[in-house]
Formats: sequence, C-alpha cells, structure tokens
Amino acid sequence: MSRRYRTPLLLLALLLAVLPLREARPQGLAADISAHLIAITTAFVGTTVTLFGVSDASNEIVVTMIGPRDEQVVRRKDQIAGIWVNADEMTFRNVPTFYFVASSRPIEQITHPDVQARLELGLQHLNVQPVDVEGREISEIAAFEDALIRNKQRMNLYVDEVGAVRFVGDQLFRTDVDFPANVPPGIYQVQVFELVGGQVTDAQRSTLVISKIGLEAEVFDFAHAQAPLYGIAAIVISIAAGWLAAVIFRRG
Amino acid sequence: MDIYLPIAEMSVNLFVLLGLGAAVGFLSGVFGVGGGFLMTPLLIFIGIPPPVAVGSEASQILASSVSGVQAHMRRGNVDVKMGMVLVMGGFLGSAFGVWLFALLRSLGQIDLVIQLAYVIFLGTVGVLMFLESARTLIRTNRRRGGESFTRRHRHLWLHGLPLKMRFQRSRLYISSLMPLGLGFLVGILSAIMGVGGGFLMVPAMIYLIGMPTSIVVGTSLFQISFVTAVTTFLHATNNQTVDIVLALSLIVGGVVGAQLGSGISGRLRGEQLRILLAIIVLVVCAKIGYDLVVRPVDLYSLGRGH
Repeated sequence: MSRRYRTPLLLLALLLAVLPLREARPQGLAADISAHLIAITTAFVGTTVTLFGVSDASNEIVVTMIGPRDEQVVRRKDQIAGIWVNADEMTFRNVPTFYFVASSRPIEQITHPDVQARLELGLQHLNVQPVDVEGREISEIAAFEDALIRNKQRMNLYVDEVGAVRFVGDQLFRTDVDFPANVPPGIYQVQVFELVGGQVTDAQRSTLVISKIGLEAEVFDFAHAQAPLYGIAAIVISIAAGWLAAVIFRRG
Repeated sequence: MDIYLPIAEMSVNLFVLLGLGAAVGFLSGVFGVGGGFLMTPLLIFIGIPPPVAVGSEASQILASSVSGVQAHMRRGNVDVKMGMVLVMGGFLGSAFGVWLFALLRSLGQIDLVIQLAYVIFLGTVGVLMFLESARTLIRTNRRRGGESFTRRHRHLWLHGLPLKMRFQRSRLYISSLMPLGLGFLVGILSAIMGVGGGFLMVPAMIYLIGMPTSIVVGTSLFQISFVTAVTTFLHATNNQTVDIVLALSLIVGGVVGAQLGSGISGRLRGEQLRILLAIIVLVVCAKIGYDLVVRPVDLYSLGRGH
C-alpha cells in the first residue's frame, strides 16, 4: 500500500540528491534498490522492488538480481505402459534459485557473448554446471538445461525483461523487480552494469536479503533443525486439538 | 485471505483450507469414514506438493481419530488387546512405509507411487461401495423394510497360523499374525498415502478377522490414532514434510464439518448417501488417473536433490 507512494518519493529524493553531484562528476553510475530486506511473513503474497539509479541516457544499462545458488535436479518423463513416469534425470550445480535480468535494450544488441557469459547476462548465459555428463549427448544436456530454465520461468523465478530498464529524463533510470510468493529466501546479489560500445564501463553491486520472518520462519527452522522435537510437537498439537474438539462438542 | 504454509513453502487461501477441512469433515461425519483418502488427493489438486500433503494429513487424521476414539472408549467399543497388536503391526508398517517414501522421493518416483496407490485403492473401494449400496438399494426397494442377515464368524485358514492369542473382547482365539499383518499393511498405507486406513481395516476386521461389528470402528480408530502419531513423527524426522499450519487449518475446518455431518447423518437415507460417496470417490480416482495418462504440459520437471 505505502509501497506505491514510497517509490516515486524515493525517486524524487534521489533525483534531488544526485543533481548537484552530477555537476561535480558528470560521469559514473549510481544505483540503489527500494528495499534491502524482504520479509516473508504469513501474509506474504509476493512483492515488487524498484531499482533505480543514475547514468547517462546514452549508455546502456543491464540489471541482474541473482538468488542463492543450489543444486537442482531436472527430471524427464517418458510414457511407460500408458503412464507418464519420470524416466531420466540430470543434476545441475551452481543453479540460481532466482534470476532476474532487465536491460535497456536487447542484451545481444548491446554487448558481446563473452561479456554475457562472464557476467551471466541473459538466461542462456547462466553458469550452471551439469553433473555426470559422461555418455550424454550435448543436445541431451542442452535439452535438460533448457527445461530447467523453462520450468523456473513458469514458476516466475527466472525473469528476462528486455527493455524494462527505462530512463526517466536523461539521467535517472529505473526498473521494477517482481518477487513471487514462492521466492526462495537467501542473500540476493544485485548488479547494475553500465555499458558503452559493448563494454562494461561501470558496475554497482549490492545485496538484497529475503528472509522468512516471524512464526513461519520459526516453524520452518524448527522443523528442519530439530526434526524429532518438531515431530513430537506436531503430535502433541494434533492430539490436543482432537481432544479439545471432542470435549467442546460433547458438551455442546 | 492468503496464509503462508511454512513447510509447503507456498501461499494458500485460508478459507480454501477451512472449506476443504469442513467438506471432508462433513463427509466423514455423515459416513463415519476418516476422510484422509479424499483429503490428500484434494490437497494435491490445489497444488500442495504430494509429500507435504501426505505428511500433514497424518497429523490431521491423528487429531480426528483421537477425537473420535474417545466416545468409543467410553462405551467400551474398543478391543484394546486386538488394538495393541494392530498398533504393533502398524508401527512396523509405518516405519517401513516412511523409509520407502524417502527412498522413492530421492528417486523422483514418490508422486507417481502416491497417485498410483490412490487410483488402485480409490478405484477398488469406490466400485465395491457403489455395487454394494446399489444392490442394497435395489433389494430394499423390492421388499420394503429390508432384511437383516446375521453374519457368523467363519474360520479361515489364516486364523490357524502360529502365535495364537485370545482376544476376549472380540471373542476370538486366532493367530496374532493376522492382526499384526493387517496392521502392518495399514501402516504402510498411512505412511505413503496419508490415510488412516479405516476403509481397508474395517472390512478386513469384519470379514477376515471376524470381529463383532460393534467394536470394529472403535478398535480401528484406536489403531489409527497410534499409527498416525508414529507416522507424523517419522515423516517429520525423515522427510520434514509435516506442515503443522496446514494440518491445523484442516483440523479446525474438519471438526466443525464432522459435527455438522454426524448431526444430520441419522436423518438421511444411508444407501443413497453411500452411492453418493462412492461416486465422489470414483470421480477423485478418475481425476488422478487422468492426470497420470494425459501428456504433461512439460515432460521435464524440477525435483529435489538426493
């Protein structure tokens, strides 16, 4: 609710703050995000974070937000006796749990593939590493990797937004990042690149923390860190609830 | 109002959960069935990961069976000795089931096994229930007033197995391997399907073990409350799939629904209701079966690591 009004206010404040600076230092990149901490609470249904900054409007801007990295298994179904069954699988390492990229123009048009690969600019340039590739065709591995990206995109966890970085006037740029309700918690790397003639001329890095907060965080931690105790607690709660129900309705 | 489920790691509308709990609770109140075999598939339909649906259902069934067994205990409708043997079998079955569950999960086959188990069991139970009630309906229509037939305890070869035990309350002297084996089977179902297993145990107690009908439901609830407690614990410990927020939402909806259901069950015609339940069971079964056969939107999916 207040987020809607906060963003323009922040932009205004930033504009006022950087205008004098620009006189002194006409070149250079400065950027920030509207929130550095996102709390996943009981009522969490996703959120939007605005990234904004200043650069020269003649430069190209690419923004990435990359969530914590993990292993990811990808499975392929085959039809066996009429039923679709998981028949093959591949594991990938170094897979971002969340990946967002936005650019002022299509990335291929503003830089070179080697820069894209080095900085992981674009969904096709993620540095994910297939495990156990022996005996596998290149095309097979590629199909699994494409499927990994496609599935993540379907879950709104991988987002590729060409042209979503927009200049407001000739210095201020901004882009919105939507985090869905299923966003994985962790430390997110936020990177802003300024490109001129295909080369990175300036970059800014910061972090965004997404964490479960409150009761659900405690429940999750409890369930994973002290699983047997959590199990006993679940039993006690269920028995108490069942008992209570019986008592209430016996009198009623 | 959306609520974030900490273990399922997703947001679900709270009223959907309360409504599901109430609807299934209502049905179990009317029909005197546990309802787990309907709730787990319904949870899967609304997008809860199957392993979390199964783990959380165990704790919901624990609550409803604890709630239900008390009245039976007070009326003396529980054969505690038989119950304990069933519980012992159930513990072993549950432990085996949870181990199997974890293994299948790491192989990426748990969703398939849960769905297949449901198609088989719901299909069988639904068809049997439908035929049975249709037959009774036709019979009662033919001769108004119906007929009451007495069922005598038949002696099966199974009763003659070793380790015989005397069950005073059930007036039986049979091999303890029978209830032990039945409990074991039901324990596995409890761990893999997230059900209490009453739909299997009650007919087996009547037709196979030969227990008096009056104490069958109480004794089965007695077994279910112990076995689902163990299943809850084992799933929580080995698989971290018990979502207590999900379970509690279902429990709250469930108790209210069950009270309403049992309140009106006496005023409704049994056989027509049973046909209705049979149809619900068959529809759920058909939906799960269809999902297995129809070509998935994407042949590739993301899974958990090992």
